[in-house]
Amino acid sequence: MGNILVVAEHFKGKLRKASLNAIGAAQQVKARAGGEVVALVLGKGTAAVTQEVASRGVAKVLEADADALASPLAETYAQVIAQAVQASGATYVVAAATNFGKDILPRVAGKLGAGLASDIVGLAGEGANVLFKRPMWAGNAIATVEVATPVKVVTIRPTDFPEAVPSGSAPVEKLAVDPTSPKTKFLQFQEVKSERPELTEASVVVAGGRGTKGDFKPIEALADLLGAAIGASRAVVDAGWQPNDMQVGQTGKVVAPKLYIAAGISGAIQHLAGMKGSKTIVAINKDPEAPIFQVADYGLVADLFKALPELTEEIRKVKG
Amino acid sequence: MKILVTVKRVEDYESKIKVKADGSWIETAGVNYKSNPFDDIAVEEALRLKAAHGGEVVVVSAGGPAATTELRQMLATGADRAVLVKHEGFLDSDTAARLLVKVVEKEKPDLVLMGKQAVDLDDNQAGQLVAEYLGWGQVTFASKLESLESDAEKKGVPGVQLSPDKKAAQVWREVDGGLEQLEVQLPAVITCDLRLVKQLRYAKLPDIMKAKKKPIEELAAASLGVDLTPKVKVVRVEPPPARQAGIKVPDVPTLVDKLKNEAKVL
Repeated sequence: MGNILVVAEHFKGKLRKASLNAIGAAQQVKARAGGEVVALVLGKGTAAVTQEVASRGVAKVLEADADALASPLAETYAQVIAQAVQASGATYVVAAATNFGKDILPRVAGKLGAGLASDIVGLAGEGANVLFKRPMWAGNAIATVEVATPVKVVTIRPTDFPEAVPSGSAPVEKLAVDPTSPKTKFLQFQEVKSERPELTEASVVVAGGRGTKGDFKPIEALADLLGAAIGASRAVVDAGWQPNDMQVGQTGKVVAPKLYIAAGISGAIQHLAGMKGSKTIVAINKDPEAPIFQVADYGLVADLFKALPELTEEIRKVKG
Repeated sequence: MKILVTVKRVEDYESKIKVKADGSWIETAGVNYKSNPFDDIAVEEALRLKAAHGGEVVVVSAGGPAATTELRQMLATGADRAVLVKHEGFLDSDTAARLLVKVVEKEKPDLVLMGKQAVDLDDNQAGQLVAEYLGWGQVTFASKLESLESDAEKKGVPGVQLSPDKKAAQVWREVDGGLEQLEVQLPAVITCDLRLVKQLRYAKLPDIMKAKKKPIEELAAASLGVDLTPKVKVVRVEPPPARQAGIKVPDVPTLVDKLKNEAKVL
């Protein structure tokens, strides 16, 4: 019986929240297929992250702390992860489908001759025969896939798996690594300095469409109050009113927050594909026939320039 | 500078995607097909690099004969040659990557540009796998530091910056929480994200006519010595969980009341 290796990801010396969901997913695989959950922490100066991971219900932590791992380059990280798969006797490899996981895990699969199910949202199959559910066509279909190789690699969509809760204190084992020198070199990092959360990680998103006519002030005011990220429809981005990275939709970002508020967005298929996984959807639009109302839990037919400031005011009152 | 760019024929994201009643796949009748939008970005970036440094742009697709439509379109937009790896039926990302590796070994490009993912399977794997199988460096999610409203973008300056000896490239890429700049030795694989390019060029009528004469080389997938058995098999496809029909609320106070007391999201 094989084990389950989870790759823990960290940023500025802290474990990324998405990795807790990855451990949660690994625990689900363990409940079905057996084996132990072994976590891998790799990087430079990893002690604090290793401690955090050891307290989250894993059987063991492998720690690869080396100068060669100072930057998460796919070439070197994939080598070390593949090495850890051997060292831990893993038949499942799990990581979060963040840009980090998406960049590196395919190379791990390539090295191991393994198949990779990307961005899974759940498990399927019976007992030890673990299949995976994953969205395709931007979530317009959910596929059940079988990874038909001895080692199975998955990246998990963090919003679809529970966070591993604090439990126990696992032993830490050092993994000595000496990766071959990569053909890529890290030059610099430019942090996005935004007071707002990242669009794909936010629990609340306020998004604006063509109906804003480019004026996002009422959207920003509501987002500030709710600690929300701001999204935009493709029309807004194409018009140059907002930067591309705010686009929600199949060709933009796919989000699934707790609350999605769409203001002045008509709801083109390609936009709906990017947000209809949200838990609660509110639509505010002047046009009562707008398709966005078909996916909205709560629809308000109104001019957003009147409704949004009023909504901001009302929510401020409720929140005290 | 020889650049190989992948172009996948996919369901148009503006089309309504419906799952077949037997759950075997999606309905393809009445669906429009288009080049993968992320590949469109890769082709545009390749044409910008060619304009800046000279060279050749070769577009590659894998699929049935219908994929020549998208290849012709790229030839009309400015690509020099096209290669179609002919294969009917499902190809998982790993098989597609191993077929592409064969084309790369034959064409020996300095750079392989790909979309970060195809919007049908949404796998986001093929570029990384190609780099791994070739032992090359990779830059995924290539982006730009300067704004898409910048003069550089308006002039069509490529985001991929070549070193003077053209043996390396500096590229900004999207990472969680910001952008990072990597330097990669060539040849390399670069996969393109949305923000790399704003304005795509469109083919002009005379170019569409000329493209009809440009060559499309056809290779049979089965002849390339690649095992075509997928590593990831699609067992079943189902529609996403349906959303319960919502309600219309008459005014803002009602909305806030529902959000607080019914949905409990405030």
